[in-house]
Amino acid sequence: MLKIENLHVKLEEEDKQILKGLSLEVPAGQVHAIMGPNGSGKSTLSYVLSGRDGYEVTEGSATLDGESLLDMEPEERAAAGLFLAFQYPVEIPGVGNMTFLRTAVNAQRKARGEEELSSGDFLKLVRTKAAELQISPDMLKRPVNVGFSGGEKKRNEILQMAMLAPRMCIMDETDSGLDVDAMRLVSDGVNALRSPERSFLVITHYQRLLNHIQPDVVHIMANGRIVKSGGPELALQVEQQGYGDLLAEVG
Amino acid sequence: MTATIDLEVREGVDRETVETVQNMGSYKYGWETEIEMDYAPKGLNEDIVRLISQKNNEPEWMLEWRLEAYRRWLTMTEPKWAMLNYPEIDYQDQFYYARPKSMEVKPKSLDEVDPKLLATYEKLGIPLKEQMILAGVEGASPSPAMDMAIAATEGRRVAVDAVFDSVSVGTTFKEELAQAGVIFCSISEAIREHPELVKKYLGSVVPQSDNFFATLNSAVFSDGSFVYVPKGVKCPMELSTYFRINAENTGQFERTLIIADKGSYVSYLEGCTAPKRDTNQLHAAVVEIVVLEDAEVKYSTVQNWFPGDEEGKGGIYNFVTKRADCREARAKVMWTQVETGSAITWKYPSCILRGDESQGEFYSIAIANNMQQADTGTKMIHLGRNTRSRIVSKGISAGKAQNTYRGLVTMHPRATNSRNYTQCDSLLIGDQCGAHTVPYIEVKNTSSRVEHEATTSKVDDDQLFYCRQRGMDEEEAVALVVNGFCREVLQALPMEFAMEAQSLVAISLEGSVG
Repeated sequence: MLKIENLHVKLEEEDKQILKGLSLEVPAGQVHAIMGPNGSGKSTLSYVLSGRDGYEVTEGSATLDGESLLDMEPEERAAAGLFLAFQYPVEIPGVGNMTFLRTAVNAQRKARGEEELSSGDFLKLVRTKAAELQISPDMLKRPVNVGFSGGEKKRNEILQMAMLAPRMCIMDETDSGLDVDAMRLVSDGVNALRSPERSFLVITHYQRLLNHIQPDVVHIMANGRIVKSGGPELALQVEQQGYGDLLAEVG
Repeated sequence: MTATIDLEVREGVDRETVETVQNMGSYKYGWETEIEMDYAPKGLNEDIVRLISQKNNEPEWMLEWRLEAYRRWLTMTEPKWAMLNYPEIDYQDQFYYARPKSMEVKPKSLDEVDPKLLATYEKLGIPLKEQMILAGVEGASPSPAMDMAIAATEGRRVAVDAVFDSVSVGTTFKEELAQAGVIFCSISEAIREHPELVKKYLGSVVPQSDNFFATLNSAVFSDGSFVYVPKGVKCPMELSTYFRINAENTGQFERTLIIADKGSYVSYLEGCTAPKRDTNQLHAAVVEIVVLEDAEVKYSTVQNWFPGDEEGKGGIYNFVTKRADCREARAKVMWTQVETGSAITWKYPSCILRGDESQGEFYSIAIANNMQQADTGTKMIHLGRNTRSRIVSKGISAGKAQNTYRGLVTMHPRATNSRNYTQCDSLLIGDQCGAHTVPYIEVKNTSSRVEHEATTSKVDDDQLFYCRQRGMDEEEAVALVVNGFCREVLQALPMEFAMEAQSLVAISLEGSVG
């Protein structure tokens, strides 16, 4: 599904290398977690994969089912099935949440040469998905993320994910700022989306989220590279011992 | 096609309406219709004024009124205080009157109407056929054109007056309106048929001597719409005028007069388009609205005159005087405008709040892209006690455009306990455009309150990236964010206009990013 090879990325505006030869492969149907200390480049990875401005790829490649992501515009990557759940979802005043969702869904369908979803079908779908995430009809009417609580914003990201049905989901610290109940809702939402055709890359600081969303593989990222990969037990080890020992171990 | 259709097409319906050109770039109304025209000679003098008056079969008093305006105009100079840069206008290098040649042809039923003309209206978004369907052929689909119309209709009823160059070409639903006592016709017809109303109210809100452009209009206005809603009548449908400038080098000077008698209500929509040309065209309209006791008028405009190309070549010079007079107690007026077109916009729809407890509202979206310049805003003149006004202005600048909000709020000594609230937001797209806010506030009593809020912001990169990550392309993302910015104003528009305005916002901003 997602294959990253020897990725080197620097900031466009200054001479600062963030990713230094990162390689990673997420096969279809799997959930991979990336953990790592602050400043290791986790968020940069999610932005580079989704095509945000401000980064320059100096070396390496990233492909989605063999198609090079790095040559595509952000919206082309989205239509190809790449989704990023933002760490800080953006507020768009005046634009109704429902309007936003519908515009996004139809933009992707159009890009893929599919017919637009009818109002009736869209409403039915959005109401079902929203109910599963305990998103109230009122939240659907309010402007995108404006005045949403931290938990509401993150649930809203998962609602978008459910509506857009991407094949590759990247979640950037989706657990940050969530209380226990919200975490369960978000995790249930994600788990409901797990399927043999869909993969997840879950970026997180804490093992806690991984209790709810069971990863197949856990990667430890430091200084712009994956330094260690293993099973779910690796996350537990980080939780108990911190990164110090682990990083010393790999040099 | 049945004979029960209530459409009276008056003059100027030409058989030579040519197939229009699709995909002429971002300005989708940029096609022209090839029609043989009757022109008055170029230039302006008393003879031209006489000729216009004569062509409209006007009575002597109207001619005198025009001539008085013309003589006054000769003594006036063009105002230069607006933040607008444009080359000197040669007023002698214009045609002041043009009308389609085939005047004698007056089809009485749809059978006689050129389907190509209907196609032209369809392109303009004029819901003429919608009226026909609702006027008696509901469910019937006797032609492909009708099928299209059915597909386009949302079942709303709107009476339409269409003005093509200088001439009003058709008004729909006249009979049904007449049953309610509402007069809706071209102003030239009103001058002939309802002289007592025209004499009483024409120039009573915007006098002949008001300003350079209004005075010019008073001398040479060729046509426009007239509305009278009698006492206590709620107009049974929305009224609408679609203006189109077609002929080259021709100024358009329409004059609209709306009178809402005591306790009445009317909602009026105005749409404007013009072909793409690389020369500038002059448009100087006057709209007068008289609102009497307890009456209410809503006036909505979607102005989409051709804005000129990316380099600033061509486009309409739009100098418009619009004013409503809340003449008696508790009169209420609401202006809503979406200004996306014109190379130059000089326009300040105003409210005179003369009656006690009268109310004025102004909601505006002004978009300027490429080389467009807009200097627009409103005037709220509080004269009566306990009067209220509200201004919500959203200015969007992109490309190299300059967008100025210019507003005046005056509280006169007698206007005690009055209030105004002004909100003035500017949005910038790119780094070569400008937004300017020039509010004038005069308060001459101690019990009134005026509030003014203003913001200026840029379209945020994070917002655009968020939208694009969800699959929208850059222009779609900008349109969505801008529509959000304009939401309060879009909500003030009648439903069908709101939809049109939303897509217009998107079209107007094409090419503004990336």
